[in-house]
Amino acid sequence: MSEQTQAGVFGDFGGRFMPEALIAALDGLDVAWQEAMGDAAFVDEFETILRDYAGMPSPLYEATRLSEQVGARILLKREDLNHTGAHKIRNVMGQALLTKRMGKKRVIAETGAGQHGVASATAAAYFGLDCTVYMGAVDTRRQALNVARMHLLGATVVPVESGSATLKDAINEALRDWVATVDHTAYLFGTAAGPHPFPSMVRDFCRGIGDEARAQCLERYGVLPDAIAACVGGGSNAIGLFTAFLEDPDVAVWGFEAGGDGVETGRHAATIGAGRPGVLHGARTYVLQDDDGQTIESHSISAGLDYPGVGPEHAHLAASGRAIYESVTDTEAMDALALLARSEGIIPAIESAHAIAGALRKARELAAEKGPEATVLINLSGRGDKDMGTAIEWFGLGDPDRVTAEPVGEPPEESAP
Amino acid sequence: MSGPSTRTAFDRAASEGRAALMGYYPAGFPDVETGIAAIKVMVESGVDVVEIGLPYSDPVMDGPTIQAAAQQALEGGVRIADVLRTVEAVAATGVPTVVMTYWNPIDRYGVARFAADLASAGGSGLITPDLTPDSAPGGGQAWIAAAEEHDLDRIFLVSPSSTDERIAMTTAASRGFVYATAVMGVTGARDQTSDLAEPLVRRTKAVTDLPVGVGLGVSNGDQAAEIGRFADGVIVGSAFVRTMLEGADTTAGLRALGTLTADLADGVRRARR
Repeated sequence: MSEQTQAGVFGDFGGRFMPEALIAALDGLDVAWQEAMGDAAFVDEFETILRDYAGMPSPLYEATRLSEQVGARILLKREDLNHTGAHKIRNVMGQALLTKRMGKKRVIAETGAGQHGVASATAAAYFGLDCTVYMGAVDTRRQALNVARMHLLGATVVPVESGSATLKDAINEALRDWVATVDHTAYLFGTAAGPHPFPSMVRDFCRGIGDEARAQCLERYGVLPDAIAACVGGGSNAIGLFTAFLEDPDVAVWGFEAGGDGVETGRHAATIGAGRPGVLHGARTYVLQDDDGQTIESHSISAGLDYPGVGPEHAHLAASGRAIYESVTDTEAMDALALLARSEGIIPAIESAHAIAGALRKARELAAEKGPEATVLINLSGRGDKDMGTAIEWFGLGDPDRVTAEPVGEPPEESAP
Repeated sequence: MSGPSTRTAFDRAASEGRAALMGYYPAGFPDVETGIAAIKVMVESGVDVVEIGLPYSDPVMDGPTIQAAAQQALEGGVRIADVLRTVEAVAATGVPTVVMTYWNPIDRYGVARFAADLASAGGSGLITPDLTPDSAPGGGQAWIAAAEEHDLDRIFLVSPSSTDERIAMTTAASRGFVYATAVMGVTGARDQTSDLAEPLVRRTKAVTDLPVGVGLGVSNGDQAAEIGRFADGVIVGSAFVRTMLEGADTTAGLRALGTLTADLADGVRRARR
């Protein structure tokens, strides 16, 4: 079989680099997933759960005040309104339903910000599965609310102290668990990365984001957007949005990575922008690494984007030029968070704030070129409740001496009369 | 010139009616020179094949002991050049010396370049825990081609969960020996050896003439004797590393390492008596 046609290979990226001990499980998962997706009853049950339990389809919302400020039509795909507060529920309900179909009783998951952990704990409660979530110790401290949610939902949360004690180390620890328990345990992988079949499977469980958004946009406006945008950490929300539009050549595709303190400082998580091709967590992709191939720690204010790898299909979309990836700094993201809060009454997840910041920057250019009819569709992948601790610190909201009558952040510019 | 194939050590052990003893030790732990001294003690005390670990930031197959040692080595600034220097010093003793490494450091270094440098350091090959012969794109086939060119062993792993088809595919691509992971789990000394090992060795030997080494979990001479009854080689890693981690000082650690190695070497010798 040539590499070009091999399952799970995206151009020069993807594939499978895993211990032999897990290959049989990955092959079994691949077969089970493909059979399930070909089974109308499975697909119907998945769609029913998403609709009745998780609140899909999520609305497509025209952000009029934001649109006025930018001079282009800004559409927000409201994944923040989903059950558990982010797009992640789509992926876990799919994988957990598949777990049930495969007859396994225990699930494990890794989580960065905690959103995937909460979603996994939710799915485990829904299906009556035993659930263990691995989370970097740095992240359990900065996402205490989500840890509490997981506990309430009945999951065991294991803080991971090894390595940099963040998402990548949580993945390592989950893989170590899986090597020992693979006969009865399913690994609910949280993003469209890792070894085949995870990148393709997670994409397909999340692709409702783009399928819905494309249909909603056409129905309401009769045209496709000029551009679509999403934040990219591992890349599940982004690939979930992008997939429906990849065959639409006139739709520009933008992904925004976490620029941290700025890519030039070295303290960032801009894997595509500043990484080099390599192998991490079972796939060939872009990796933040040194000359010896050691992974370099990533940095971002957003735990969910703080990952030194990226899903291999994004690596391919970047290399082929079909999608454009840029970075957004912590400051730009937090400014966008405040802007969206005050312009639209929506407090986004800090991850999603990266998409807002990057998309508005590009939308201004697009508006200058195409005028106010220019339409940009942004995936608002999650809500900001989990990030209030970070926001309190960033904006100085928690210090009683600094409380003022004035709101925080950049006030929206007044639109011209 | 590459070092002698690991096969030569298995053949010699077989001619003595015993299994070979293979010892794993990470380069640069606790520092490069002490690491070299430790491995030389292992060689002097009876290890037939040396596996030098290349410390990596994201070692998904390693348990806490080896992780801790690798992390300490990395924090001490160990580089691939130091790993190659360790190979050179150990291979000079004449014992077949292979590197055990996750794939990304080799991928970054350049597969062909690494193969050339490993061979010129006198290394005998690579053990690749997260690279299977069919890892792609740019994985297993690239390594096999480079190993061919530089006359190096390529030691792939088989597992209790491997299908017969995969064992056949894996052994067909291997040279030197086949590494059988005796347990489903990460590295680490265990109180009891696994009952999964013997059936795996049997399934593997059914499709290849290559020697089969069994690893993961062996920590003392009795366990080595048990495994040595049915395997061509007994692989020990975490127990060596733990001995150095727990040594009161370097001298004490090295002395304990010699004692442990002698116990294990005795174990493989009494296995088939």
